[in-house]
Amino acid sequence: MAKSSVSTTNACKLCRPLGACLAFRGIEGSMVLLHGSQGCSTYMRRYISGHFREPVDIASSALSETQAVYGGAENLKQGIRNVVAKYAPAVLGVATTCLAETIGDDVGMAIAELLEEDPEMRAIEIIPVSTPSYSGGYMDGFRDSCVAILEKMASAEQSRADQGSGRIGRLNLFPGFLSPADIRYLKLVMAGFGLESMIVPDISETLDAGIGPVFSRIPAGGASVKDIRLAGSATASIELGLLNPAGQSAALLLERSLGVPARRLPIPMGIRYSDLLFEAICSVTGTPLPEKYQQERGRLVDAMVDAHKYLFGKRAVVYGEPDFVAALTCFLADVGVQPVVCASGGDGPEFRKTLEVLTRDLDETPEILVETDFSDIRFHSRAAAADLLIGSSKGNHIARDLDIPLVRLGYPIHDRIGGQRILHVGYAGALNLLDILTNTLIAKEQEHLGYGYSYM
Amino acid sequence: MAEFNQNHIGIDVISGREDHICRKANAPGKSACGSGPADGAAISCDTESVAGAVSQRACVFCGARVVINPIADALHLIHGPIGCSAYTWDIRGSLSSGPELHRLSFSTDLQERDVIFGGEKKLEAALLELIAEHEPRGAFVYSTCIVGVIGDDLKAVCARVEKETGIPVIPVQSEGFRGNKNAGYKAACEAIFKLIGTDRDATTVPLSINILGDFNLAGEVWIIRDYLKRMGIRVVANISGDSRVADIARAHTASLNAVQCSGSMTHLAKMMQAGYGIPFIRVSWLGADDMSRSLKQIASFFADPVISARTEKLIAQELVAVAPQLELYRRRLSGKKAAVYVGGAFKAVSLIKSFRAIGMTVVVVGSQTGKRDDYEEIRREADPGTVIIDDANPLELAQLMETLGIDIFVGGVKERPVAYKLGVAFCDHNHERKQPLEGFTGMLNFAREVYGSIASPVWQWMPRRKISSETGAGNG
Ligand code: SF4
Ligand code: SF4
Repeated sequence: MAKSSVSTTNACKLCRPLGACLAFRGIEGSMVLLHGSQGCSTYMRRYISGHFREPVDIASSALSETQAVYGGAENLKQGIRNVVAKYAPAVLGVATTCLAETIGDDVGMAIAELLEEDPEMRAIEIIPVSTPSYSGGYMDGFRDSCVAILEKMASAEQSRADQGSGRIGRLNLFPGFLSPADIRYLKLVMAGFGLESMIVPDISETLDAGIGPVFSRIPAGGASVKDIRLAGSATASIELGLLNPAGQSAALLLERSLGVPARRLPIPMGIRYSDLLFEAICSVTGTPLPEKYQQERGRLVDAMVDAHKYLFGKRAVVYGEPDFVAALTCFLADVGVQPVVCASGGDGPEFRKTLEVLTRDLDETPEILVETDFSDIRFHSRAAAADLLIGSSKGNHIARDLDIPLVRLGYPIHDRIGGQRILHVGYAGALNLLDILTNTLIAKEQEHLGYGYSYM
Repeated sequence: MAEFNQNHIGIDVISGREDHICRKANAPGKSACGSGPADGAAISCDTESVAGAVSQRACVFCGARVVINPIADALHLIHGPIGCSAYTWDIRGSLSSGPELHRLSFSTDLQERDVIFGGEKKLEAALLELIAEHEPRGAFVYSTCIVGVIGDDLKAVCARVEKETGIPVIPVQSEGFRGNKNAGYKAACEAIFKLIGTDRDATTVPLSINILGDFNLAGEVWIIRDYLKRMGIRVVANISGDSRVADIARAHTASLNAVQCSGSMTHLAKMMQAGYGIPFIRVSWLGADDMSRSLKQIASFFADPVISARTEKLIAQELVAVAPQLELYRRRLSGKKAAVYVGGAFKAVSLIKSFRAIGMTVVVVGSQTGKRDDYEEIRREADPGTVIIDDANPLELAQLMETLGIDIFVGGVKERPVAYKLGVAFCDHNHERKQPLEGFTGMLNFAREVYGSIASPVWQWMPRRKISSETGAGNG
């Protein structure tokens, strides 16, 4: 069901250019400039930095009243010049805010003019993405940016040359927006299969960097320009998350334009969806599942058995982006937790359908909320007598109100540390989630009983 | 292609920003600056941020929201697309002793069709439904950038809803692009001023003040109110921390306005002076010195020997209570260097003094929104050689931390990871702080927090720090 009111109270969605900022952060040597007024980029820096605890530099074209009336192209060009002078990025994402979209600035034209005026700017990949927040949320901005990056950088000539040289065993991975820990895990998986891979975006280092002897203006890491140019020569592309429209799929784009076969899969959270990922890699590469992952899977099943009694019949509320909610719902259903509310600030016909299929055989059909906000989620959580909430830290008010625990997963987590290091995906991720979930419920029960039992 | 402007301070700044940084001369009248402004007197400030700079500033809307939002029993509706409200949901630690309506984030969540056809209808419906649901004592409607462009008539909608619901419904002209945060403060003052005096039955309260420019972060207003109570002074309204619509409606009955966050609230104080003849004084509750001075100023305004005596006693008691511990921190922190980069300039001045009180020196001081007079005051208070910076960005701050060998950085959460990456301790002195830093107890908390970060054993594990002079991706 859709939100019950005209207004939104405590939004369960984030604005579109935020997704662009996150996606470009996973490209080596990249910067983002938001075309709009100053506030938006400062807010987004704060929002990203608060979760990842990393410096996040996002420039702004800093439009003021005059440009809001007469157009902001000159500010945009000057902004790009200043960013290039100070950061010397290899790739520069230019995303629009609502203001730039509303006044109707032609970003593509401004960039073309700039390249005309300053030909040396051509050395930089300047990639515009249109991200008006009044239509679509941050995952739209994220996916659109990935598409724009590939569209601009993956070249047909390059890919033909590589095919000529008989290059195989390369995989393109489009992981969507996962945690840096997740990306590191997926990299290990690729390596475990002996695959060379290109991951776009790769935030494993750029949004979870160690402290080294040198402080760089742009953090090290990310998908390299060189690798992205080779995307057309890969054996296949795997994309995680499939509830966004086909036009937002980088994998489908490569299939269409450069003939790289695409596989779109759900986010591999939980055993069932992890199986899908490993099966896909096995089938693409024609290799069996490496021993290591067989063991990992075995350990997961063992842990699921250990935990089953503490989980069975517990009533969970899940909220977040559609793909995230769908994958978690699947996981919960597979370990015996009853999802009672599945909620997203986004929508899409696929989302609802997927959830209906996933929960078809459960004792109870969960309430599916689309385009919702936290005020509605609270209402339905209370009505459903939920035992726990699962999602970003933004459910903390509800958890306090209803006196039920909140398992913080996904993005953002602003009231705890370590969100960037939560492993969600694969068998190891499922194991991690299982332990967190189970221990949270046990702790709550102990608290509730008023005495902490020593054995269980 | 990267061009380096090693400016007079020895750091690389974006062209157009050279005049926003200067160094206080070692001898009066002499400038240590090459191309930059002489001796801080004429630092460029209160201008638009340079395009392409990564300014630490937010927008007009942000300024307005910071000031008004703590009014806890009002409905705060943000008219605009979703991000502007999502990013400001419960981000400030303004506590309320009663209702907590201000901790919810209400938005009209404008969609494409609203942008094309206008959002007035949606706004009106949203207001009516939210007022019916939450029964607030008043409502503020904030406009954001695109509302300014699509041209919704906020005033008309607010007037209609006010008539229909019988509660004050006040538009806040806070389109993000209409200037910087200062413009937002001004818009906020104007909105709040509309409420003042609306309680026509209220009568003048003797020996009373309004506290202006305190947002009750971590319960700070409660500390100040306790002091005032012990002095025998009544508080009519705290604007805006832990305030209620009704308090503000009768704020015109107080005898004096004590204005802290001067950048945000002086405008309101001036309007109240002009409109209701209420004089105002500038105060600061930060640091033992400024705290004492401020209480004495208030006491002397009332020229009542009993109040003065109580005030002296209170200050003496409070100072004695914190002195031994403060002394301990002073001994341990003596000689350390701090950098201060905060939103408002009044805080910067108080922080220079607070650090001095614990034996430390401030070698960099800056603000997002300081004005000419503010920088003049900062320059007066700062030690010779101090770098003064307006509207800084992370690159500049990182270079300053590095070249000046800073031990602790005081700022907001956006600066925190930069400091940490450079191995510099950090103290959160922004609106998100969880510890009260005002008053005498606050001074002690401040010293404890500074010490807790500087003295932490973790820094020994830091690699020798160095900023890459290269632009672009490094190997760090
Ligand atoms: S104007 Fe648009 S882009 Fe900017 S913060 Fe608001 S919703 Fe996000
Ligand atoms: S759109 Fe305008 S009001 Fe909203 S955050 Fe951006 S600058 Fe501020």
